[in-house]
Amino acid sequence: MIPAQFDYVRPGSVAEACRELASDEDAKALAGGQSLLPFLRLRLAYPSKLVDIGRLAELKGVHERGDHVHIGALATHDEVMRSPVVNAGCPLVALAVAQVADPAIRHRGTFGGSLAHADPAGDLPAVALALDAVFVAASEQGEREIPAAAFFVDYLESSLRQGEILAGVRIPKLGAGWGFHYEKFHRTAQAWAIVGVAAAVRRSNGSIAEARIGLTNMGPTPVRAHAAEAALRGAELGDQVRRACAEAAAGTAPPADLHAQPDYRRHLAEVLTGRAVRAAAGAG
Amino acid sequence: MPRITITVDGIKYEEDVEPRLLLVHLLRERLGRTGTPVGCDTSNCGACTVMLDGKSAKSCSVLAVQADGCDVVTIEGLGTNGTNGSMHPMQRAFHEEHALQCGYCTPGMVMAAIDLLRNDPEPSEETIRQGLEGNLCRCTGYCNIVRAVRRGAQEMGRAVNTP
Ligand SMILES: Cc1cc2nc3c(=O)[nH]c(=O)nc-3n(C[C@H](O)[C@H](O)[C@H](O)COP(=O)(O)OP(=O)(O)OC[C@H]3O[C@@H](n4cnc5c(N)ncnc54)[C@H](O)[C@@H]3O)c2cc1C
Ligand code: FES
Ligand code: FES
Repeated sequence: MIPAQFDYVRPGSVAEACRELASDEDAKALAGGQSLLPFLRLRLAYPSKLVDIGRLAELKGVHERGDHVHIGALATHDEVMRSPVVNAGCPLVALAVAQVADPAIRHRGTFGGSLAHADPAGDLPAVALALDAVFVAASEQGEREIPAAAFFVDYLESSLRQGEILAGVRIPKLGAGWGFHYEKFHRTAQAWAIVGVAAAVRRSNGSIAEARIGLTNMGPTPVRAHAAEAALRGAELGDQVRRACAEAAAGTAPPADLHAQPDYRRHLAEVLTGRAVRAAAGAG
Repeated sequence: MPRITITVDGIKYEEDVEPRLLLVHLLRERLGRTGTPVGCDTSNCGACTVMLDGKSAKSCSVLAVQADGCDVVTIEGLGTNGTNGSMHPMQRAFHEEHALQCGYCTPGMVMAAIDLLRNDPEPSEETIRQGLEGNLCRCTGYCNIVRAVRRGAQEMGRAVNTP
């Protein structure tokens, strides 16, 4: 289908882009377009104006910053997945990005676009949440930081305000001893996760010292599996870990759709959390 | 209406475009590149895949204005000596391995195949299947497609390695 009409501007700076967005509440930022264009083609969105931020050099690139990795909003999925800085500093991000969509979409879709879109079925929100990422929002007034836990507000809704764009994301590096895994369950010809689990696990001797678990598509926003995280503290690999992971779906409100009902999603969350935690702990 | 400059299959064009014009519609309806089909409404099928500044992209999911200043190669720009010249080794491999039935997915499949060789000139079957995951074929069952990509890769390797 052909999208409805809209105006198009291509500002030359972040400040100018923010001004364009601040002055028109129906205007939308356009990054890679890999979520927005499908929406426009299906006429699920009717923006008055697209503000094309796709060429703003200030938002590009991946940067090593000591205790964290800074991923520019415009870094493409393909770039992030191949980045040595990401693979060394925050391997969970690289593991998950490699499972987003397909190669052609990864060439154009951006890290910032995926997060700003705030789709709970997207793979990156749960990862950002599990890693306690810090979101950097830019506006005409300057920059502000938003912790991951406060960024995702509702289905397709972030805490970015009108006139703000996501400039980049800081991913704190976890020190030695941490292992990572992203476990995604989807149909082969359809990349979106029915349920996904992002796990970061620190092991000491035969047991889990600390675990952080983010769940994809288990509610209107990505969620942390707090009950399972608490139960995993000190759990020994084997039965104790299995029992702890059975709490992964506690407190969640998973959606019902064509692919799965809530009870099936709960079941998946438990099983996939078990797999993700074992893999992250290096126990297959 | 924004004016864009775009190079398609080696030819430079200047076009006035409505912002909502999709790249695939520019290619097909204005520039005559009907070799690039539209197969879906959801950015899933990959039939419309072209090279955009050297990397595969789904031309139904790019606005023509976003491609301003870019270099596009469609299936029609792959062969040598224009449309009636000889086929690209990957096109020939699809032909020889019977990697198509209705042919609707083929232009996108060939572009995605060439793209995956950029990162891995000698791909395994697994790499080929993953590299083509954004391209759906509703006819062949993929076995011949995978075989064709292998053969195309070998032919392209030979073409590079022969002095
Ligand atoms: C067939 C298909 C399969 C897919 N499969 C998956 C998958 O398996 N997993 C997955 O996670 N994703 C998947 N995606 C989505 C893909 O990851 C998109 O690239 C991504 O969600 C959006 O990034 P973008 O740069 O293209 O954003 P755009 O489409 O340009 O924008 C998306 C939204 O975010 C806003 N936005 C973008 N950038 C910013 C910014 N810097 N600041 C403020 N707002 C901004 C836009 O206004 C818009 O509302 C799939 C998409 C398709 C078409
Ligand atoms: S027509 Fe572009 S992906 Fe189907
Ligand atoms: S040959 Fe018919 S869709 Fe692939």
